[in-house]
Amino acid sequence: MLITCPYCGPRDVIEFTYQGDGNRARPEPASQNFEAWNAYVYDRLNPAGDHNEIWQHSGGCRAHLRVVRNTLTHEISSVTFVRGHHGSASRPEAEDRS
Amino acid sequence: MMAEYSALSLLANALKGNKDWKPAWRKPDPKASYDVIIIGGGGHGLSTAYYLAKEHGITNVAVLEKGWLGSGNVGRNTTAVRSNYLLPANTRFYEHSMKLWENLSHDLNYNVMFSQRGCLNLAHTPAQFDDYARRGNAMRHLGVDAELMTTAQIKRLIPALDVSDSARFPVVGGLMQRRAGTARHDAVAWGYARGADRRGVDIIENCEVTGFLRDGDRITGVTTSRGDIRAKKVAVSVAGSTGRVMRLAGIETMPIESHVLQAFVTESLKPFIDTVVTFGMGHFYLSQSDKGGLVYGGDIDGYNSYAQRGNLPVVDEVMSEMLALFPGLARVRMLRSWGGVCDMSMDGSPIITTGPLPGMYLNCGWCYGGFKATPASGWCFAWTIAKDEPHDLNASFTLDRFHRGLVIDDKGQGATPRLH
Repeated sequence: MLITCPYCGPRDVIEFTYQGDGNRARPEPASQNFEAWNAYVYDRLNPAGDHNEIWQHSGGCRAHLRVVRNTLTHEISSVTFVRGHHGSASRPEAEDRS
Repeated sequence: MMAEYSALSLLANALKGNKDWKPAWRKPDPKASYDVIIIGGGGHGLSTAYYLAKEHGITNVAVLEKGWLGSGNVGRNTTAVRSNYLLPANTRFYEHSMKLWENLSHDLNYNVMFSQRGCLNLAHTPAQFDDYARRGNAMRHLGVDAELMTTAQIKRLIPALDVSDSARFPVVGGLMQRRAGTARHDAVAWGYARGADRRGVDIIENCEVTGFLRDGDRITGVTTSRGDIRAKKVAVSVAGSTGRVMRLAGIETMPIESHVLQAFVTESLKPFIDTVVTFGMGHFYLSQSDKGGLVYGGDIDGYNSYAQRGNLPVVDEVMSEMLALFPGLARVRMLRSWGGVCDMSMDGSPIITTGPLPGMYLNCGWCYGGFKATPASGWCFAWTIAKDEPHDLNASFTLDRFHRGLVIDDKGQGATPRLH
Protein backbone atom coordinates (compact mmCIF):
# COMPACT_ATOMS: atom_id res chain seq x y z
CA MET A 1 0.00 0.00 0.00
CA LEU A 2 1.43 3.36 -1.07
CA ILE A 3 0.32 6.67 0.41
CA THR A 4 1.10 9.77 -1.64
CA CYS A 5 2.22 12.34 0.90
CA PRO A 6 1.45 15.82 -0.51
CA TYR A 7 4.93 16.90 0.57
CA CYS A 8 7.13 13.82 -0.03
CA GLY A 9 5.34 12.00 -2.83
CA PRO A 10 4.37 8.30 -2.96
CA ARG A 11 5.83 6.33 -0.07
CA ASP A 12 5.38 2.84 1.34
CA VAL A 13 2.81 2.45 4.12
CA ILE A 14 5.59 1.39 6.50
CA GLU A 15 6.66 5.07 6.73
CA PHE A 16 3.25 6.06 8.09
CA THR A 17 1.54 5.70 11.46
CA TYR A 18 -2.19 5.15 11.53
CA GLN A 19 -3.94 7.57 13.86
CA GLY A 20 -7.43 6.26 13.34
CA ASP A 21 -10.85 7.41 12.35
CA GLY A 22 -10.91 11.01 11.08
CA ASN A 23 -14.68 11.40 11.44
CA ARG A 24 -14.72 11.81 15.20
CA ALA A 25 -15.57 15.24 16.57
CA ARG A 26 -13.89 16.05 19.87
CA PRO A 27 -16.18 18.05 22.18
CA GLU A 28 -14.95 21.35 23.55
CA PRO A 29 -12.57 20.63 26.48
CA ALA A 30 -14.95 22.24 28.98
CA SER A 31 -17.95 20.36 27.67
CA GLN A 32 -19.94 18.44 30.26
CA ASN A 33 -21.97 16.63 27.63
CA PHE A 34 -20.99 13.11 28.66
CA GLU A 35 -22.87 11.48 25.81
CA ALA A 36 -20.79 13.52 23.35
CA TRP A 37 -17.57 12.50 25.12
CA ASN A 38 -18.61 8.84 25.19
CA ALA A 39 -19.50 8.95 21.51
CA TYR A 40 -16.15 10.59 20.72
CA VAL A 41 -14.17 7.96 22.61
CA TYR A 42 -16.10 4.78 21.80
CA ASP A 43 -18.41 5.03 18.78
CA ARG A 44 -17.19 4.45 15.23
CA LEU A 45 -18.78 4.62 11.79
CA ASN A 46 -16.51 1.78 10.60
CA PRO A 47 -17.68 1.97 6.98
CA ALA A 48 -17.14 -0.71 4.34
CA GLY A 49 -16.03 1.62 1.56
CA ASP A 50 -14.49 5.08 1.66
CA HIS A 51 -13.14 5.89 5.11
CA ASN A 52 -11.97 9.29 6.26
CA GLU A 53 -8.88 8.70 8.41
CA ILE A 54 -5.77 10.34 9.86
CA TRP A 55 -2.24 9.12 9.17
CA GLN A 56 1.08 10.66 10.19
CA HIS A 57 4.08 10.48 7.90
CA SER A 58 6.15 9.60 10.95
CA GLY A 59 9.00 8.12 8.94
CA GLY A 60 9.17 11.14 6.66
CA CYS A 61 8.09 14.78 6.91
CA ARG A 62 6.01 14.01 10.04
CA ALA A 63 2.98 15.84 8.64
CA HIS A 64 -0.45 14.71 9.76
CA LEU A 65 -2.55 13.71 6.77
CA ARG A 66 -6.23 13.28 6.11
CA VAL A 67 -6.60 10.23 3.88
CA VAL A 68 -9.71 8.88 2.18
CA ARG A 69 -9.13 5.16 1.71
CA ASN A 70 -11.49 2.41 0.62
CA THR A 71 -11.60 -0.24 3.35
CA LEU A 72 -12.74 -2.91 0.88
CA THR A 73 -9.91 -2.42 -1.63
CA HIS A 74 -7.29 -0.32 0.26
CA GLU A 75 -7.44 2.13 -2.66
CA ILE A 76 -6.62 5.71 -1.67
CA SER A 77 -8.59 8.48 -3.37
CA SER A 78 -7.42 11.59 -1.51
CA VAL A 79 -4.54 12.74 0.72
CA THR A 80 -4.45 16.26 2.17
CA PHE A 81 -2.81 17.96 5.13
CA VAL A 82 -4.98 17.84 8.26
CA ARG A 83 -4.25 21.48 9.02
CA GLY A 84 -3.75 24.40 6.65
CA HIS A 85 -0.19 24.24 5.40
CA HIS A 86 1.86 27.40 4.93
CA GLY A 87 3.68 27.68 1.65
CA SER A 88 3.53 25.35 -1.28
CA ALA A 89 2.54 21.71 -0.87
CA SER A 90 4.77 20.76 -3.77
CA ARG A 91 8.17 19.18 -3.36
CA PRO A 92 10.96 21.64 -2.63
CA GLU A 93 13.44 22.10 -5.47
CA ALA A 94 16.83 20.47 -5.06
CA GLU A 95 18.65 23.78 -4.62
CA ASP A 96 16.42 24.67 -1.68
CA ARG A 97 17.70 21.69 0.27
CA SER A 98 21.41 22.59 0.18
CA MET B 1 -29.37 -44.41 18.96
CA MET B 2 -26.13 -45.39 17.26
CA ALA B 3 -23.75 -42.51 16.85
CA GLU B 4 -23.68 -41.36 13.23
CA TYR B 5 -19.90 -41.56 13.15
CA SER B 6 -18.40 -44.57 14.92
CA ALA B 7 -16.06 -47.48 14.26
CA LEU B 8 -19.13 -49.60 13.58
CA SER B 9 -20.67 -47.14 11.09
CA LEU B 10 -17.29 -46.77 9.41
CA LEU B 11 -17.08 -50.53 8.96
CA ALA B 12 -20.71 -50.87 7.87
CA ASN B 13 -20.32 -48.13 5.27
CA ALA B 14 -17.00 -49.52 4.07
CA LEU B 15 -18.64 -52.87 3.43
CA LYS B 16 -21.41 -51.13 1.45
CA GLY B 17 -18.89 -49.23 -0.67
CA ASN B 18 -19.33 -45.91 1.17
CA LYS B 19 -22.48 -45.15 -0.85
CA ASP B 20 -24.80 -44.45 2.08
CA TRP B 21 -23.07 -41.60 3.91
CA LYS B 22 -25.45 -38.71 4.33
CA PRO B 23 -24.21 -35.16 3.68
CA ALA B 24 -23.20 -33.54 6.98
CA TRP B 25 -25.92 -30.95 6.48
CA ARG B 26 -28.89 -30.57 4.12
CA LYS B 27 -29.21 -27.75 1.59
CA PRO B 28 -32.75 -26.59 2.38
CA ASP B 29 -34.57 -23.68 0.78
CA PRO B 30 -35.53 -21.01 3.27
CA LYS B 31 -39.00 -21.25 4.80
CA ALA B 32 -41.23 -18.17 5.03
CA SER B 33 -40.69 -17.87 8.78
CA TYR B 34 -38.75 -19.25 11.72
CA ASP B 35 -38.69 -18.86 15.48
CA VAL B 36 -35.07 -17.72 15.32
CA ILE B 37 -32.87 -16.51 12.47
CA ILE B 38 -29.14 -16.44 13.04
CA ILE B 39 -27.27 -14.20 10.61
CA GLY B 40 -23.81 -15.61 9.99
CA GLY B 41 -22.84 -19.25 9.40
CA GLY B 42 -19.44 -19.05 11.04
CA GLY B 43 -18.29 -20.88 14.13
CA HIS B 44 -20.28 -18.73 16.53
CA GLY B 45 -23.50 -18.73 14.50
CA LEU B 46 -23.38 -22.50 14.06
CA SER B 47 -22.60 -23.18 17.72
CA THR B 48 -25.44 -20.82 18.69
CA ALA B 49 -27.83 -22.86 16.51
CA TYR B 50 -26.52 -26.10 17.98
CA TYR B 51 -26.99 -25.02 21.60
CA LEU B 52 -30.39 -23.45 20.87
CA ALA B 53 -31.54 -26.85 19.64
CA LYS B 54 -29.71 -29.01 22.17
CA GLU B 55 -29.99 -26.99 25.38
CA HIS B 56 -33.22 -25.07 24.83
CA GLY B 57 -35.23 -27.27 22.44
CA ILE B 58 -35.60 -24.44 19.91
CA THR B 59 -35.23 -26.16 16.56
CA ASN B 60 -37.27 -23.98 14.18
CA VAL B 61 -34.09 -22.06 13.42
CA ALA B 62 -32.35 -20.85 10.26
CA VAL B 63 -28.67 -19.99 9.96
CA LEU B 64 -28.15 -17.60 7.04
CA GLU B 65 -24.68 -17.53 5.51
CA LYS B 66 -23.82 -15.18 2.66
CA GLY B 67 -21.01 -17.40 1.33
CA TRP B 68 -20.33 -21.03 2.02
CA LEU B 69 -20.28 -22.50 5.48
CA GLY B 70 -17.06 -21.79 7.35
CA SER B 71 -15.68 -19.43 4.70
CA GLY B 72 -14.95 -16.65 7.16
CA ASN B 73 -12.83 -16.48 10.26
CA VAL B 74 -13.61 -19.99 11.51
CA GLY B 75 -11.62 -21.26 8.54
CA ARG B 76 -8.92 -18.58 8.73
CA ASN B 77 -7.66 -18.54 12.31
CA THR B 78 -4.54 -20.04 13.88
CA THR B 79 -6.61 -22.51 15.96
CA ALA B 80 -5.29 -21.71 19.44
CA VAL B 81 -7.57 -22.39 22.41
CA ARG B 82 -6.74 -20.98 25.86
CA SER B 83 -8.33 -19.36 28.91
CA ASN B 84 -5.36 -17.42 30.34
CA TYR B 85 -6.99 -14.05 30.97
CA LEU B 86 -6.53 -11.59 33.83
CA LEU B 87 -9.99 -10.13 34.48
CA PRO B 88 -12.63 -12.34 36.13
CA ALA B 89 -15.36 -11.74 33.51
CA ASN B 90 -13.06 -12.96 30.75
CA THR B 91 -11.47 -15.76 32.76
CA ARG B 92 -14.82 -17.28 33.76
CA PHE B 93 -16.19 -17.04 30.24
CA TYR B 94 -13.15 -18.53 28.51
CA GLU B 95 -12.80 -21.24 31.14
CA HIS B 96 -16.40 -22.23 30.45
CA SER B 97 -15.39 -22.41 26.81
CA MET B 98 -12.38 -24.56 27.72
CA LYS B 99 -14.60 -27.02 29.58
CA LEU B 100 -16.90 -27.27 26.55
CA TRP B 101 -13.85 -27.82 24.33
CA GLU B 102 -12.68 -30.66 26.57
CA ASN B 103 -15.83 -32.64 25.80
CA LEU B 104 -16.62 -31.23 22.36
CA SER B 105 -15.63 -34.15 20.12
CA HIS B 106 -17.72 -36.48 22.28
CA ASP B 107 -20.63 -34.04 22.52
CA LEU B 108 -20.74 -33.46 18.75
CA ASN B 109 -19.81 -37.03 17.81
CA TYR B 110 -17.33 -35.30 15.50
CA ASN B 111 -13.56 -35.33 15.96
CA VAL B 112 -12.51 -31.69 16.31
CA MET B 113 -8.95 -32.87 17.08
CA PHE B 114 -8.78 -30.82 20.26
CA SER B 115 -5.22 -31.21 21.47
CA GLN B 116 -4.33 -29.88 24.94
CA ARG B 117 -0.70 -29.33 24.12
CA GLY B 118 -0.34 -26.23 26.30
CA CYS B 119 0.18 -22.56 25.59
CA LEU B 120 3.34 -20.83 26.80
CA ASN B 121 3.63 -17.02 27.03
CA LEU B 122 7.32 -16.06 27.03
CA ALA B 123 8.58 -13.34 29.38
CA HIS B 124 11.62 -11.32 28.35
CA THR B 125 12.06 -8.97 31.31
CA PRO B 126 11.77 -9.51 35.08
CA ALA B 127 8.88 -7.04 35.16
CA GLN B 128 7.02 -9.02 32.51
CA PHE B 129 7.66 -12.21 34.46
CA ASP B 130 6.16 -10.55 37.57
CA ASP B 131 3.17 -9.52 35.48
CA TYR B 132 2.73 -13.13 34.32
CA ALA B 133 2.93 -14.29 37.95
CA ARG B 134 0.11 -11.88 38.73
CA ARG B 135 -2.00 -13.15 35.82
CA GLY B 136 -1.22 -16.77 36.71
CA ASN B 137 -2.32 -16.15 40.29
CA ALA B 138 -5.52 -14.48 39.07
CA MET B 139 -6.23 -17.53 36.91
CA ARG B 140 -5.51 -20.04 39.70
CA HIS B 141 -7.69 -18.00 42.04
CA LEU B 142 -10.61 -18.75 39.69
CA GLY B 143 -9.69 -22.43 39.38
CA VAL B 144 -7.87 -22.23 36.03
CA ASP B 145 -4.53 -24.01 35.65
CA ALA B 146 -1.41 -21.86 35.29
CA GLU B 147 2.23 -22.43 36.06
CA LEU B 148 5.36 -20.34 35.83
CA MET B 149 8.24 -21.91 33.97
CA THR B 150 11.95 -21.20 34.29
CA THR B 151 14.21 -20.72 31.30
CA ALA B 152 15.75 -24.17 31.88
CA GLN B 153 12.30 -25.81 31.83
CA ILE B 154 11.40 -23.89 28.68
CA LYS B 155 14.61 -25.02 27.00
CA ARG B 156 13.68 -28.65 27.68
CA LEU B 157 10.12 -28.12 26.44
CA ILE B 158 11.06 -26.27 23.21
CA PRO B 159 14.62 -27.19 22.18
CA ALA B 160 14.48 -25.07 19.02
CA LEU B 161 13.76 -21.87 20.94
CA ASP B 162 16.69 -19.47 21.32
CA VAL B 163 16.92 -18.99 25.09
CA SER B 164 20.57 -17.90 25.05
CA ASP B 165 21.77 -14.63 26.56
CA SER B 166 22.65 -13.47 23.05
CA ALA B 167 19.06 -13.68 21.82
CA ARG B 168 17.62 -10.35 20.68
CA PHE B 169 15.22 -10.48 23.65
CA PRO B 170 16.53 -13.14 26.07
CA VAL B 171 13.86 -15.34 27.64
CA VAL B 172 13.66 -15.01 31.42
CA GLY B 173 10.71 -17.36 31.98
CA GLY B 174 7.16 -17.96 30.94
CA LEU B 175 3.56 -18.60 31.93
CA MET B 176 2.19 -21.97 30.84
CA GLN B 177 -1.42 -23.10 30.66
CA ARG B 178 -1.18 -26.87 30.15
CA ARG B 179 -4.87 -27.33 29.33
CA ALA B 180 -4.66 -24.86 26.45
CA GLY B 181 -3.99 -26.13 22.95
CA THR B 182 -5.29 -26.26 19.41
CA ALA B 183 -8.27 -27.69 17.51
CA ARG B 184 -9.07 -28.45 13.90
CA HIS B 185 -10.96 -25.30 12.99
CA ASP B 186 -12.92 -26.57 9.96
CA ALA B 187 -14.06 -29.63 11.90
CA VAL B 188 -15.49 -27.32 14.56
CA ALA B 189 -17.66 -25.60 11.93
CA TRP B 190 -18.67 -28.88 10.29
CA GLY B 191 -19.35 -30.62 13.60
CA TYR B 192 -21.59 -27.86 14.90
CA ALA B 193 -23.32 -27.62 11.50
CA ARG B 194 -24.11 -31.33 11.42
CA GLY B 195 -25.22 -31.32 15.06
CA ALA B 196 -27.58 -28.41 14.42
CA ASP B 197 -28.83 -29.83 11.10
CA ARG B 198 -29.69 -33.23 12.60
CA ARG B 199 -31.78 -31.46 15.25
CA GLY B 200 -33.80 -29.65 12.57
CA VAL B 201 -31.94 -26.38 12.05
CA ASP B 202 -31.92 -25.11 8.44
CA ILE B 203 -28.45 -24.04 7.36
CA ILE B 204 -28.91 -21.84 4.31
CA GLU B 205 -25.76 -20.99 2.39
CA ASN B 206 -25.34 -18.34 -0.33
CA CYS B 207 -28.07 -16.33 1.35
CA GLU B 208 -26.98 -12.76 2.02
CA VAL B 209 -28.99 -10.57 4.34
CA THR B 210 -29.75 -7.30 2.53
CA GLY B 211 -31.99 -5.60 5.08
CA PHE B 212 -34.28 -6.00 8.06
CA LEU B 213 -38.07 -6.30 8.20
CA ARG B 214 -39.49 -4.07 10.89
CA ASP B 215 -42.67 -3.31 12.70
CA GLY B 216 -41.92 0.11 14.19
CA ASP B 217 -38.70 -0.37 16.13
CA ARG B 218 -39.13 -4.13 16.37
CA ILE B 219 -37.16 -6.39 14.05
CA THR B 220 -39.51 -8.98 12.55
CA GLY B 221 -37.31 -10.65 9.96
CA VAL B 222 -34.80 -10.09 7.20
CA THR B 223 -34.72 -9.46 3.49
CA THR B 224 -32.19 -11.66 1.75
CA SER B 225 -30.82 -12.54 -1.66
CA ARG B 226 -33.19 -15.53 -1.47
CA GLY B 227 -36.33 -13.63 -0.44
CA ASP B 228 -37.89 -12.28 2.74
CA ILE B 229 -37.79 -14.44 5.86
CA ARG B 230 -39.75 -13.61 8.99
CA ALA B 231 -38.72 -14.54 12.51
CA LYS B 232 -39.71 -13.87 16.11
CA LYS B 233 -36.06 -13.34 16.97
CA VAL B 234 -33.15 -12.27 14.78
CA ALA B 235 -29.63 -12.91 16.06
CA VAL B 236 -26.62 -11.17 14.51
CA SER B 237 -23.34 -13.10 14.67
CA VAL B 238 -21.23 -11.73 11.83
CA ALA B 239 -17.82 -10.85 13.38
CA GLY B 240 -15.95 -8.48 11.04
CA SER B 241 -19.13 -7.56 9.14
CA THR B 242 -20.92 -6.29 12.28
CA GLY B 243 -20.75 -2.66 11.17
CA ARG B 244 -22.23 -3.44 7.75
CA VAL B 245 -25.11 -5.54 9.08
CA MET B 246 -25.99 -3.15 11.91
CA ARG B 247 -26.07 -0.28 9.41
CA LEU B 248 -28.78 -2.23 7.53
CA ALA B 249 -30.82 -1.96 10.74
CA GLY B 250 -30.24 1.80 10.87
CA ILE B 251 -27.55 1.70 13.56
CA GLU B 252 -24.78 3.95 12.26
CA THR B 253 -22.13 3.68 14.95
CA MET B 254 -20.84 0.77 17.02
CA PRO B 255 -17.97 0.42 19.52
CA ILE B 256 -16.27 -1.72 16.86
CA GLU B 257 -13.66 -1.23 14.16
CA SER B 258 -13.01 -3.88 11.49
CA HIS B 259 -9.33 -4.70 11.01
CA VAL B 260 -7.47 -7.28 8.96
CA LEU B 261 -5.38 -9.98 10.64
CA GLN B 262 -2.96 -12.06 8.60
CA ALA B 263 -1.88 -15.64 9.29
CA PHE B 264 0.77 -17.87 7.79
CA VAL B 265 1.71 -21.50 7.35
CA THR B 266 5.04 -23.03 6.35
CA GLU B 267 5.77 -26.16 4.38
CA SER B 268 5.36 -29.36 6.42
CA LEU B 269 8.17 -30.17 8.82
CA LYS B 270 8.88 -33.16 11.01
CA PRO B 271 7.74 -32.72 14.64
CA PHE B 272 9.30 -29.43 15.71
CA ILE B 273 7.22 -28.03 18.55
CA ASP B 274 4.47 -29.69 20.59
CA THR B 275 2.99 -26.64 22.28
CA VAL B 276 1.68 -23.19 21.41
CA VAL B 277 4.25 -20.49 22.11
CA THR B 278 3.81 -16.71 22.18
CA PHE B 279 6.48 -13.98 22.03
CA GLY B 280 6.42 -11.39 24.82
CA MET B 281 8.34 -8.58 23.12
CA GLY B 282 6.03 -8.15 20.19
CA HIS B 283 2.96 -9.96 19.02
CA PHE B 284 3.69 -13.42 17.65
CA TYR B 285 2.33 -16.92 18.24
CA LEU B 286 3.23 -20.25 16.69
CA SER B 287 2.14 -23.87 16.79
CA GLN B 288 2.56 -26.88 14.54
CA SER B 289 -0.39 -28.45 12.79
CA ASP B 290 -0.90 -32.21 12.68
CA LYS B 291 0.05 -32.05 9.00
CA GLY B 292 3.42 -30.59 10.01
CA GLY B 293 3.12 -26.98 8.89
CA LEU B 294 4.02 -24.27 11.36
CA VAL B 295 0.94 -22.08 11.80
CA TYR B 296 1.68 -18.59 13.04
CA GLY B 297 0.67 -14.97 13.08
CA GLY B 298 1.22 -11.62 14.72
CA ASP B 299 -0.49 -8.28 14.98
CA ILE B 300 -3.36 -6.96 12.93
CA ASP B 301 -2.28 -4.65 10.11
CA GLY B 302 -3.46 -1.72 12.21
CA TYR B 303 -5.82 0.23 9.94
CA ASN B 304 -9.52 -0.22 9.26
CA SER B 305 -10.10 -2.89 6.64
CA TYR B 306 -12.81 -5.15 5.30
CA ALA B 307 -10.43 -6.67 2.72
CA GLN B 308 -9.56 -10.25 3.57
CA ARG B 309 -5.91 -9.55 2.77
CA GLY B 310 -3.16 -7.48 4.35
CA ASN B 311 0.04 -5.69 3.42
CA LEU B 312 3.73 -6.57 3.46
CA PRO B 313 5.02 -4.61 6.49
CA VAL B 314 3.20 -6.96 8.85
CA VAL B 315 4.48 -9.99 6.93
CA ASP B 316 8.00 -8.67 7.39
CA GLU B 317 7.45 -7.99 11.08
CA VAL B 318 5.96 -11.43 11.77
CA MET B 319 8.87 -13.18 10.04
CA SER B 320 11.36 -11.08 12.02
CA GLU B 321 9.66 -12.05 15.27
CA MET B 322 9.68 -15.71 14.30
CA LEU B 323 13.41 -15.59 13.61
CA ALA B 324 14.10 -13.73 16.87
CA LEU B 325 12.66 -16.78 18.67
CA PHE B 326 13.63 -19.56 16.26
CA PRO B 327 16.75 -18.63 14.28
CA GLY B 328 16.78 -22.18 12.90
CA LEU B 329 13.65 -21.50 10.84
CA ALA B 330 15.41 -18.97 8.59
CA ARG B 331 15.49 -21.36 5.61
CA VAL B 332 11.99 -22.76 6.02
CA ARG B 333 9.65 -21.72 3.23
CA MET B 334 6.33 -20.06 3.88
CA LEU B 335 3.60 -21.93 2.05
CA ARG B 336 0.60 -19.63 2.29
CA SER B 337 -0.62 -16.43 3.93
CA TRP B 338 -4.13 -15.11 4.19
CA GLY B 339 -6.21 -12.52 6.01
CA GLY B 340 -9.45 -12.35 7.95
CA VAL B 341 -11.57 -9.40 9.07
CA CYS B 342 -11.73 -8.99 12.84
CA ASP B 343 -14.34 -7.09 14.84
CA MET B 344 -12.06 -5.14 17.17
CA SER B 345 -14.00 -3.83 20.15
CA MET B 346 -13.07 -0.74 22.14
CA ASP B 347 -11.92 -2.69 25.21
CA GLY B 348 -10.78 -5.95 23.62
CA SER B 349 -13.70 -7.91 25.10
CA PRO B 350 -16.77 -9.27 23.33
CA ILE B 351 -20.43 -8.28 23.25
CA ILE B 352 -23.15 -10.93 23.74
CA THR B 353 -26.43 -9.24 24.47
CA THR B 354 -30.11 -8.77 23.80
CA GLY B 355 -30.91 -5.81 21.57
CA PRO B 356 -29.97 -3.19 20.71
CA LEU B 357 -33.38 -3.18 18.93
CA PRO B 358 -36.45 -5.15 20.08
CA GLY B 359 -36.44 -8.59 18.48
CA MET B 360 -32.70 -8.42 17.85
CA TYR B 361 -29.76 -10.14 19.58
CA LEU B 362 -26.12 -9.27 19.07
CA ASN B 363 -22.88 -11.26 19.28
CA CYS B 364 -19.68 -9.43 18.23
CA GLY B 365 -16.45 -7.78 19.34
CA TRP B 366 -14.28 -10.91 19.28
CA CYS B 367 -11.18 -9.04 18.16
CA TYR B 368 -8.82 -11.74 16.85
CA GLY B 369 -9.57 -14.24 19.62
CA GLY B 370 -12.95 -15.57 18.61
CA PHE B 371 -12.02 -19.13 17.73
CA LYS B 372 -11.33 -20.30 21.28
CA ALA B 373 -14.62 -18.73 22.34
CA THR B 374 -16.69 -20.64 19.75
CA PRO B 375 -18.36 -23.11 22.17
CA ALA B 376 -19.03 -20.65 25.02
CA SER B 377 -20.06 -17.86 22.67
CA GLY B 378 -22.74 -20.05 21.10
CA TRP B 379 -23.71 -21.48 24.47
CA CYS B 380 -24.17 -18.04 26.07
CA PHE B 381 -25.76 -16.49 22.98
CA ALA B 382 -28.27 -19.36 22.76
CA TRP B 383 -29.15 -18.83 26.42
CA THR B 384 -29.57 -15.08 25.84
CA ILE B 385 -31.81 -15.65 22.79
CA ALA B 386 -33.90 -18.37 24.45
CA LYS B 387 -34.45 -16.58 27.76
CA ASP B 388 -34.31 -12.93 26.64
CA GLU B 389 -31.69 -12.23 29.27
CA PRO B 390 -27.97 -12.93 29.55
CA HIS B 391 -26.48 -15.84 31.46
CA ASP B 392 -24.19 -14.87 34.37
CA LEU B 393 -21.22 -15.71 32.15
CA ASN B 394 -22.04 -13.04 29.57
CA ALA B 395 -23.87 -10.55 31.80
CA SER B 396 -20.86 -8.21 31.67
CA PHE B 397 -20.52 -8.36 27.88
CA THR B 398 -23.11 -5.67 27.21
CA LEU B 399 -23.18 -3.15 24.39
CA ASP B 400 -23.80 -0.18 26.66
CA ARG B 401 -20.86 -0.88 28.98
CA PHE B 402 -18.71 1.62 27.06
CA HIS B 403 -21.01 4.53 27.72
CA ARG B 404 -21.51 3.44 31.32
CA GLY B 405 -17.82 3.20 32.20
CA LEU B 406 -17.88 -0.57 32.69
CA VAL B 407 -15.27 -1.59 30.13
CA ILE B 408 -13.46 -4.93 30.46
CA ASP B 409 -10.00 -4.02 29.23
CA ASP B 410 -7.78 -7.07 29.86
CA LYS B 411 -4.69 -5.45 28.37
CA GLY B 412 -5.31 -1.99 29.77
CA GLN B 413 -4.90 -0.39 26.35
CA GLY B 414 -7.82 2.04 26.37
CA ALA B 415 -10.24 2.71 23.54
CA THR B 416 -7.76 2.11 20.71
CA PRO B 417 -8.95 -1.05 19.01
CA ARG B 418 -5.86 -1.57 16.89
CA LEU B 419 -3.83 -2.08 20.11
CA HIS B 420 -5.97 -4.82 21.67
